[in-house]
Amino acid sequence: MRHIISILLENESGALSRVAGLFSARGYNIESLTVAPTEDATLSRMTLVTRGDEAIIEQITKQLNKLVEVVKLLDLSDGPHIEREMMMIKLKAENGQRDEVLRLVEIFRGKVVDVTDTTFVVELTGKSAKLDAFIKAAQEESVVEVVRSGPLGIARGSKGLKL
Amino acid sequence: MELSGAEIVIQCLKEEGVEFIFGYPGGAVLHIYDALFSQQDVQHILVRHEQGATHAADGYARSTGKPGVALVTSGPGATNAVTGIATAYMDSIPMVVLTGQVPSPFIGSDAFQEVDTVGITRPCVKHNFLIKNVHDIAATFRKAFYLATSGRPGPVVIDIPKDVTDPNVKIPFSYPKKIKMRSYNPVAKGHLGQIRRAIELMLNAERPVFYTGGGVVLDDASKQLVDLVRKLGYPITSTLMGLGAYPGSDKQFLGMLGMHGTYEANMAMHETDVLIAIGARFDDRVTGQVASFCPNATIIHVDIDPSSISKNVRVDVPIVGPVKKVLSDMLGVLDESGGEPKSAALKRWWKQIDEWRGADCLKYDRNSKIIKPQFAVETLHRVTKGDAFVASDVGQHQMFAAQFYQFDKPRRWINSGGLGTMGFGLPAGMGIQMAHPQAEVAVVTGEASIQMCIQELATCKQYNLPLKIMLLNNGYMGMVRQWQEFFYDGRYSHSYVDSLPDFVKLAESYGHVGMKIEKPEDLEGAMKEAFGMKDRLVFMDVVIDPAENVYPMIEAGKGHHEMYLSPGSELV
Repeated sequence: MRHIISILLENESGALSRVAGLFSARGYNIESLTVAPTEDATLSRMTLVTRGDEAIIEQITKQLNKLVEVVKLLDLSDGPHIEREMMMIKLKAENGQRDEVLRLVEIFRGKVVDVTDTTFVVELTGKSAKLDAFIKAAQEESVVEVVRSGPLGIARGSKGLKL
Repeated sequence: MELSGAEIVIQCLKEEGVEFIFGYPGGAVLHIYDALFSQQDVQHILVRHEQGATHAADGYARSTGKPGVALVTSGPGATNAVTGIATAYMDSIPMVVLTGQVPSPFIGSDAFQEVDTVGITRPCVKHNFLIKNVHDIAATFRKAFYLATSGRPGPVVIDIPKDVTDPNVKIPFSYPKKIKMRSYNPVAKGHLGQIRRAIELMLNAERPVFYTGGGVVLDDASKQLVDLVRKLGYPITSTLMGLGAYPGSDKQFLGMLGMHGTYEANMAMHETDVLIAIGARFDDRVTGQVASFCPNATIIHVDIDPSSISKNVRVDVPIVGPVKKVLSDMLGVLDESGGEPKSAALKRWWKQIDEWRGADCLKYDRNSKIIKPQFAVETLHRVTKGDAFVASDVGQHQMFAAQFYQFDKPRRWINSGGLGTMGFGLPAGMGIQMAHPQAEVAVVTGEASIQMCIQELATCKQYNLPLKIMLLNNGYMGMVRQWQEFFYDGRYSHSYVDSLPDFVKLAESYGHVGMKIEKPEDLEGAMKEAFGMKDRLVFMDVVIDPAENVYPMIEAGKGHHEMYLSPGSELV
């Protein structure tokens, strides 16, 4: 099953490689991983998407917790949560195709953030599945470049993953 | 007090009460060596190879419970130390390893003797640090020692660039008294509700068995374990790492379990209805095939490390906490409850166990004209009155020592269980002897293992370490040969150790006493003579039966009830 795990970890050099190293050393897979500092400069927040049965996910969370630099951890999949990923996609849009591309962007509630004579760069956020759907809807031959952030997640409700 | 980085390093070691530091100098640690030179409190032991430094620090730690400390230079110094670090990591041994690093401005430039030590050691340490500033040394050392010794212990590496120890940069020094790390809070006690549940299950058991491991030794919980096991009257078996935590000569002790465990221990595991696992981690050499592991048991598991629980085998009652505290809480709950074990069922269970014991699974040919390795270990036990520290290398001799030297006290059996590091025994023995100068320290080894760190014989001479080395010489990498005999139709591919040195002369050339022992009837006399030489290292080259195998044996991937008991025997 797919799990999305949020991790607060010490914002220290090497902390990221400890997490990445743990996954490769123990043969767990990482579907995506995003990390950035938080409002507290000493902490980073990482969102990690992985797959595995219950026993593997249990080991993953335990092993992550064992890393000295991991301060707190939450498996968002345990409860209701919001998940968003951002994508920037460069699409070929030449004469005759431009309206069609713009219509597609509108349907998906994307934003055009760069325009040339022949291309658009579209910014899109949403669940990963929505981004997949957009790529599928845009014709394959028109996709020049895709960059995705990997999912970010936050739990619903009043509680927060904080110190 | 204003001190340089190098002086601060030494001062931190003093603050941590470090007596010995096992090391080898080199360019990146020269400032630290200079600071070592002008002080008396921390004694430096010069090894002959950095692997020896880490194993010696490890042996010191295993035999005392205090953290072992090693100091090596950058590059090859650090890489040579890695085997010893990984050895300590697999067996959860508290150790702090200081590695020199090239000066900070050179890091990343492929400078002379540069490796990414933090990167290389990351998967085999509990934690590691790269110190970037002289002001960070004291706090880092405080954290390192705290991490190494608390919770589930383990090795911690501190990588120190040369410029950080610059003798010309002096700063005020104070050592942090308190330590708190928001991201690291080892559990102080087990959950009382779970402990109550465990006691209830234990009292309702009809075929209970204790399965204990290195965690009991590491937490110095022998007394609590013995109290609980005696109070309940249940059988107990131990892993390789846990031997000695419960007296090996006690009638409730079934011997070691697992691949080369006793018939009675493994059968008890297979038939038990309540398994009480304490400070053990369900290693594959213990469980065999997981699908047929303890098929009828409800499993209680006490461990300090949550990730050990339900890692290999699904556990019914997990208790996360330090073994000693959990065991004493168990004793408290047991007293409070006033409950008693089911005596009729227990009687039947012991009757069954005694039947298994009747198989006499550790029997061997006592009338052999060639020395049997089992006989050599039994003789060692007799001559040392069962009270020696026994450091072992890895292979058949290790299993024979584990099976035949009945360890009655914890911290006496010192071996590389998890990583299985050949070359461990001799340097580990040095660390033990440094910590216990008056004690008898035996190194049980093989002619293949001993050659992996043989250079440490010079260290033993320099520091007058009167180890007694018992080399069980069968001319083969015995355990490899055994597997080739069993599983590769006797194709002994590269397991014959040709061109052996004359070990007697070799020992003598290092300034030690060498003995060659070839007949069973000479063994005891020679060994007594060896142990009589209190201030000399004696190297006993004991020529043993090259064809002897370790029994019982469970093939890798088989269940506990599928054992070979003797040569040519069917599975039982």
